Amino acid sequence: MGTQNFLWTFAKKYFTVGVVALTISDRYASIVPVRGVSMSPTFNPHSSNHSSTLMGSNDDCVLVEKFCLEKYKFSPGDVVVFCSPTDHREKHVKRITALPGDWISSPGDALKIPEGHCWVEGDNFASSLDSRSYGPIPLGLVRGRVTHVVWPPQRVGKVERRIPQDGLPF
Amino acid sequence: MRNLPPFLMIVKEGLDKTLTVAKFLCALHVTNTYLCTSVMAQGPSMLPTFNLTGDLLLAERISARFGRVGPGDIVIIRSPENPRKIVAKRVKGVEGDSVTYVVEPKSSDRCETVVVPKGHVWIEGDNIYDSNDSRKFGAVPYGLIQGKVFWRIWPREGFGSVR
Repeated sequence: MGTQNFLWTFAKKYFTVGVVALTISDRYASIVPVRGVSMSPTFNPHSSNHSSTLMGSNDDCVLVEKFCLEKYKFSPGDVVVFCSPTDHREKHVKRITALPGDWISSPGDALKIPEGHCWVEGDNFASSLDSRSYGPIPLGLVRGRVTHVVWPPQRVGKVERRIPQDGLPF
Repeated sequence: MRNLPPFLMIVKEGLDKTLTVAKFLCALHVTNTYLCTSVMAQGPSMLPTFNLTGDLLLAERISARFGRVGPGDIVIIRSPENPRKIVAKRVKGVEGDSVTYVVEPKSSDRCETVVVPKGHVWIEGDNIYDSNDSRKFGAVPYGLIQGKVFWRIWPREGFGSVR
């Protein structure tokens, strides 16, 4: 009888903590690992494509804030987390390089970003699947904005807004 | 407990009450985001299914999260033209489907066929004469879907499941 009571209280406590943590992670900020090298050298500057699949401990962890989802107001150069337009279960991290109304020049022609969309690109131009493949993405797919790197300790710091010059890698 | 000055007792009670309210609000958020939410739909694009002046609907979040939204379902979706707006439309095709639609029903009967790309859905309002949907802005990514409408709460005459 006593053990049952104890287990029940324990379960209730766990459940409450879980619900509160989920709310905070949805509405305010959460910490997520970043996989892959498409954002080198901003995230994962030293891993190669082969080793990144081995262990999560090599991945950078970043702080993602959710306050930006109130007004969906972003600036060029923001790094954002968004649902992939080709698979809604996957989340990608890329940098916004153009907002609605801006013009993007791709080899051959110029493209105007439609209302409610944005153009995302990875910092590592050579190996990044981004808007250059699937076009501008609706801002409604954005799930948060990356503000800081929190792991590994030697690279803890703010993620700066940077506007890349056309064609020049970082 | 008995030895605490009355001031601290009040502070403790205040904190307990605040914590209870906070826990309740968190539970509300989790239910709203992961189980079921209510939405007010207004406008002419879903006539005759939904009224012009506004219907209060219940939408469940579980089908969308598990990818179980299919053609014929009414979904609430974040507008690709304005991320702050949520609209209600019917899904006419999912990825891989071939959708045939009337481009401008008010002026001609010209039809076009399009294949829905991977990870996208094709949405149309039931009232194709007055609906801003995939016929204007193309197929939308599945990730914009916020939920599937399954019940109408208001107006009372329409109370019941929505097909």
